[in-house]
Amino acid sequence: MDETLAKKLRILADAAKYDASCSSSGAPKRSAGKGELGSTTGAGICHAYTPDGRCISLLKILLTNYCLFDCAYCVNRRSSNVARAKFSVEEVVTLTVEFYKRNYIEGLFLSSGIIKSPDHTMELLTRVAKSLRRDHGFRGYIHLKSIPEASPWLIEEAGLYADRLSINVELPTEASLERLAPEKNGAVIQNAIAQIGERITQAKSEKRRFSPAGQSTQVIVGADATTDEALIRKSALLYGSYNLKRVYYSAFSPIPDGSTILPLKSPPLQREHRLYQGDWLLRYYAFTPDDVADATEDGMLSLDIDPKLAWALKHRHRFPVDVNAADREMLLRVPGLGARAVDKIVRARRHTRLRLDDVARLTSALKRARPFLITADYHPAGGLTDRLDLRARLADPPQQLSLF
Amino acid sequence: MNRRLDPPPPGPAQEGRTGGGPLEAVFLRAGADLDGFRAATRRLAGRGVPPERVLWSIGETPGLFGEATDGPAAEAPLRLPRGIAEMVGAVVPHRDPERYALLYELIWRILQGERRLLEVSSDPLVHRLERMRKAIGRDLHKMHAFLRFRRVEAEGPERFVAWFEPDHHILAAAAPFFVGRFRALTWTILTPEASVSWDGTTLTFGPPGRREDAPAHDGFEAGWRDYYESTFNPARTNLTAMRAEMPKKYWRNMPETAAIPGLVRQAAARTGAMIEREPQMPVKRNPARAVAAMADQAPDSLEALNAIIRRSEPLVPGATQAVLGEGPAGATIAFVGEQPGDQEDRQGRPFVGPAGQLLSRAMGEAGIARGEAYLTNAVKHFKFEERGKRRIHQKPTAGEVSHYRWWLERELEFVAPKLVVALGATAVLALTGKAIPITRARGPAQFEKPYAGFITVHPSYLLRLPDEAKAEAYAAFVADLRRVQELGQSLRV
Repeated sequence: MDETLAKKLRILADAAKYDASCSSSGAPKRSAGKGELGSTTGAGICHAYTPDGRCISLLKILLTNYCLFDCAYCVNRRSSNVARAKFSVEEVVTLTVEFYKRNYIEGLFLSSGIIKSPDHTMELLTRVAKSLRRDHGFRGYIHLKSIPEASPWLIEEAGLYADRLSINVELPTEASLERLAPEKNGAVIQNAIAQIGERITQAKSEKRRFSPAGQSTQVIVGADATTDEALIRKSALLYGSYNLKRVYYSAFSPIPDGSTILPLKSPPLQREHRLYQGDWLLRYYAFTPDDVADATEDGMLSLDIDPKLAWALKHRHRFPVDVNAADREMLLRVPGLGARAVDKIVRARRHTRLRLDDVARLTSALKRARPFLITADYHPAGGLTDRLDLRARLADPPQQLSLF
Repeated sequence: MNRRLDPPPPGPAQEGRTGGGPLEAVFLRAGADLDGFRAATRRLAGRGVPPERVLWSIGETPGLFGEATDGPAAEAPLRLPRGIAEMVGAVVPHRDPERYALLYELIWRILQGERRLLEVSSDPLVHRLERMRKAIGRDLHKMHAFLRFRRVEAEGPERFVAWFEPDHHILAAAAPFFVGRFRALTWTILTPEASVSWDGTTLTFGPPGRREDAPAHDGFEAGWRDYYESTFNPARTNLTAMRAEMPKKYWRNMPETAAIPGLVRQAAARTGAMIEREPQMPVKRNPARAVAAMADQAPDSLEALNAIIRRSEPLVPGATQAVLGEGPAGATIAFVGEQPGDQEDRQGRPFVGPAGQLLSRAMGEAGIARGEAYLTNAVKHFKFEERGKRRIHQKPTAGEVSHYRWWLERELEFVAPKLVVALGATAVLALTGKAIPITRARGPAQFEKPYAGFITVHPSYLLRLPDEAKAEAYAAFVADLRRVQELGQSLRV
């Protein structure tokens, strides 16, 4: 690999890393036919982990980090002083194919700064995907970051080659967009998300290929004053009305060339973590947005306890729950019991009366679950469920927040 | 449903024998000896030998493939609940020497009457086997994830070789993944226990490999390491999370991990520098330019839009060319049909086939000059099915209509007609986004657009009618067009 290409790769990978999404999941399983390269496994594979603990699944790069836009939170905004580069379509295709052949990656996640115009940029992104599929028989995963300001027919075309399209909401309110991303328009973003959502549904019913792994988005956390409750409600709307597969929360991270209108401080990683937990409660634990809101204090999720525990502590009258009798919905509300553990409990108790030791084999978080459970041989003694210091006993030690 | 794994449950006569008795020794090959275990289980369970009387011994030499299994294979199959065969297959590759004893105990207990044992995940035996199965799943997953191919530097077609050290005996189970992914390539995977090669058509297992048998370098490794370093965000350093997912034991066979110590060492300083650095005042913060560029990108004329449509590929492959709208911009009346037909596709003009000719005739009778109206289609490419030499028209789906509707919208903005006539259901769908039956909606309509609307049938509908109904339907169509003509007159002003 020659040095010019390597240099571009360093600049354009560095510029792309603030996008949290790297998942290669959700595509229908497929494998390479004769003369073809690549497959998808359904859940996706993490081929490496960087020291930030994040997974490398896709080659996540920008086509270019030159950009007309000037979004304050973005390292690539027009007014920042970072090094710039631009790949050709062929260079991106070569990198993807050669990395793929060596089993480094599951595929490509391609995004870009806006050059010339949104349409011009979107056409280049689509050309990469098209060349991979048409010229190289590439069957691996392709995620294209669509440009909401591009003409709608270009988004139509991109969906034919990509496994997943995404458009970043970035900032959840119109006021924040106005202040931090003056060129962006909330309505334009919303319309593009709606267009993709509609076409995904339609294509599914017609058994046609259009972004088969669905649509995802990213929201930046901590760059504006939006509360966790507002973020969760926004996500519930995106899941419900727009049929999104995933909402990614990205803690606003200090960037090499910061802007004066944003605070530079360590990213709120713990807050991001709690938001993901709240998001999971929506998607897998039958919590409503109101339930999650109920777990917050003044709209913010606690940093030292998880949202499910916070909810349970506020609703102690509904506990303890008998693992041998309670319905699935109520078991899902027990802190420390994951969805899989609940499924195993429901299955096993058909054949046996579960004791505390049995439950210990089904969850790794018995300590958290214990005060809220009744088993065949155990009842939380002395009103453990009602103890005032229960929260303190179950909270995470505070030093977890420090980074190094 | 029961799955037949292998001899029938022991009868009551055999149950009495579980007490004392001599030990039965079973010898199995090293590695994952699924066939040997099955044969032994059939024999032992068939004779009612309880687990505590079996001594499982595993051979010294790994002989994974192609060896004959000892013992008679013709015993009657055991009837076992579903899921057991899968559990056995999944756990046999585990390196724990107790694996066979545990599996036999599971099967024994099931045959003794605990038919649903596998559902009781809280049972210590089931719990342990599930954990072993999970360990195998994880080992397979990590092999699929962390194995790295290197290209062999030699003349001739590309060839790739990888060296990998799995925790368990999983090479045979791991191989199909690589075939499905790298079918077009030629490759070899070497492990300390065995190797496997794919030549593009056949998978061949071979003897153990050595690290030195794989190439020592690869031309793309430096680039991959560059990527690994650049995609790391020092402000988020979290070594625990990294090690949990990518334990250190894998690092020596992953070229990119050589970068880890350096990245970690510098992370705190890099983050500190970013935070302490005086934020820069934006030098040229001027959203107006970007907004102007966005406004500029949209096609600014019908010609510019048509150039885009002409360049685009058909959504359903097959059409010769895109068929564009025709007629003067500024026409009072625009007609929107469904999609081009066979003749339109060949000639590249709308409404020139039989239906188009019928439309022209009816327009003439209704007093509409074809040359003064604008004619176009909801979908711009011909979709057909080939039957012999004929290309039979296929109705566009709702998805295809949506795909093309953006162009129609923009096209009508440029033409700016006073009245748009939807010919048939597809045109109505394209203009309104809704499926509305023509029979009910026929006549003047409101499309919630800056132009007036009118709905009537598509002329091809008239062609398909039986002869006796044709004349009446045609008269009704002409009557519709007369109303269109009158409406057009009144809107012209």
